[in-house]
Amino acid sequence: MLEQCEGSHAVAQAVAACRPQVICAYPISPQTHIVEGLGALVKDGTLAGCEFINVESEFAAMSVAIGASAAGARAYTATASQGLLFMAEAVYNASGLGLPIVMTVANRAIGAPINIWNDHSDSMAMRDAGWIQLFAESNQDAVDLHIQAFRIAEELSLPVMVCMDGFILTHAVERIDLPEQATVDAFLPRYEPRQVLDPAEPVSIGAMVGPEAFTEVRYLAHVKQLQALELIPQVAADFRRHFGRGGDGASGGLISRYRSDDAETLVIALGSVLGTIKDTIDALRDDGHRIGAIGIGSFRPFPTAALQAALGGARRVVVIEKCFAAGIGGIVERDVRMALREHPLPVLAVVAGLGGRAITQASLRRLLTDAMAGRLGPLTFLDLDHALVDRVLARERATRRSGPIAEGVLRDIGTVASRIG
Amino acid sequence: MFQVRIHGRGGQGVVTAAEILSVAAFVGGRHAQAFPSFGSERTGAPVVAFCRIADAPIRSREPIVEPDALIIQDPTLLHQVDVFSGLRRDGAILINSARSFEALGLGEFAAGFSPGRLLTVPASELALEHLGRPLPNAALLGAFAALCQLIQLVDVQSAIEARFGGALARGNVAAATAAYQWVRQQQPQPAEAADA
Repeated sequence: MLEQCEGSHAVAQAVAACRPQVICAYPISPQTHIVEGLGALVKDGTLAGCEFINVESEFAAMSVAIGASAAGARAYTATASQGLLFMAEAVYNASGLGLPIVMTVANRAIGAPINIWNDHSDSMAMRDAGWIQLFAESNQDAVDLHIQAFRIAEELSLPVMVCMDGFILTHAVERIDLPEQATVDAFLPRYEPRQVLDPAEPVSIGAMVGPEAFTEVRYLAHVKQLQALELIPQVAADFRRHFGRGGDGASGGLISRYRSDDAETLVIALGSVLGTIKDTIDALRDDGHRIGAIGIGSFRPFPTAALQAALGGARRVVVIEKCFAAGIGGIVERDVRMALREHPLPVLAVVAGLGGRAITQASLRRLLTDAMAGRLGPLTFLDLDHALVDRVLARERATRRSGPIAEGVLRDIGTVASRIG
Repeated sequence: MFQVRIHGRGGQGVVTAAEILSVAAFVGGRHAQAFPSFGSERTGAPVVAFCRIADAPIRSREPIVEPDALIIQDPTLLHQVDVFSGLRRDGAILINSARSFEALGLGEFAAGFSPGRLLTVPASELALEHLGRPLPNAALLGAFAALCQLIQLVDVQSAIEARFGGALARGNVAAATAAYQWVRQQQPQPAEAADA
């Protein structure tokens, strides 16, 4: 059913249609509207047979999800930013134990300094935690990915993180095709756990494993991720059949392609910035440039073979990512380089949109024009205020007690309340 | 694509206005995307929200830097925030005020724009009368429907009813309708003569 609604509302409806049995909730922006919506659906009886548990922290949220999942319940939670970091130990436990929990991460920057806005630092901090990580390009995509996430998780017995850009998607109101309950029921079978904590048939889950077998257990976690590379496209294809998706919408899968067939320049990105990138590519195509994009739908497992197959005749790759590793450079870029190590193409990393800085078509157009003209270096920070950075560095050189960096930067630029972008 | 930027202060329903506008466009069969700018969500602080309306799906997620129309819910922002930033020359401006552009100190500025696209409307007063509270957003959407003729008043009314219930919906619908009629009375009506 088509509805004009907030992304968070749509995700709450989609998760509810998956009939979770336990939802653990701890509020943190920009995720809060999702669990609020689910709480309302449990309270008014729309989501029957579900226990909604307000926990005391994110660590507790994931711990309760682990307990619920191990007891055979379909379990869901959502978080963002510092909340994801606070639950980090339990995040690793959920995947280590092989529990098919689904969690939304409403992507948000990590402090300090405090920043509530969107980037991908939070999910990327957990990229090696053994979870499947799917990134949504739009709110429709977010809805579709959540429904697929439960099926992928439960078929593999592995947790899935659905990442959607905080505020940019969670708080955007747009046209969304919300799933019918009967269609979801036909697509998503009842949860049949591979392992259950049952007093009638007691087992241990997560017992100690020593050096004699830990490597094998870890290797099997890698095998599970490789199995996901096979399963994710199958589930996406089945989803599209059931829900009548297709055409321009991504609706799952390892990667999505946009005007990439004959592209000499390929932009690789993940999340909602792909929409702005597509509009920019259309404008550049109108000017005769052979440029296209590949969206990474599944960041973990990383779609190495799919990326290689999608390269075509590309002469350069521009990776635009909302995160970076201080001291080395791009995070997505490194994985792309590893995937393309048999294909010696220039891979140019662009760090953009940190802490909610708007990624505009004007900036992308300048950036991609530079890239196509061979003027772009290996690592670029989009729209970086070089003069501001230089002033801060000069102050640090001149003054021993130069003070906290973040506050110094703010003092330098003055009030920002009147800015529109 | 038609792009609307709404300026106001925290507590005036700026974000709600953008969302209702997008629902009205959706009800009218169009694609629409509404989103706020975030950060200054304090009562009284400057707030901006955006709404794009198009006949095709909307993919870009950037803030609206070159609006086709501006709705300014609080005239005290005029000299505090660069509300007119990026406005197209043929753009529309709707300001919540009982005073004229000249009286607001905008006479010289307004000279550069098409006069039929600039309007002040006493939205707070209309809201006080019909809703009992000086919340101007619904009234401004009714006025916007009359000024830009991009969305129908009936779709604005449906969107308000979808958002609110009971007396709140009735009051806001009445305020929007009154503002719509107020604007129609200000406008020359040659089109209606041609219809006859």
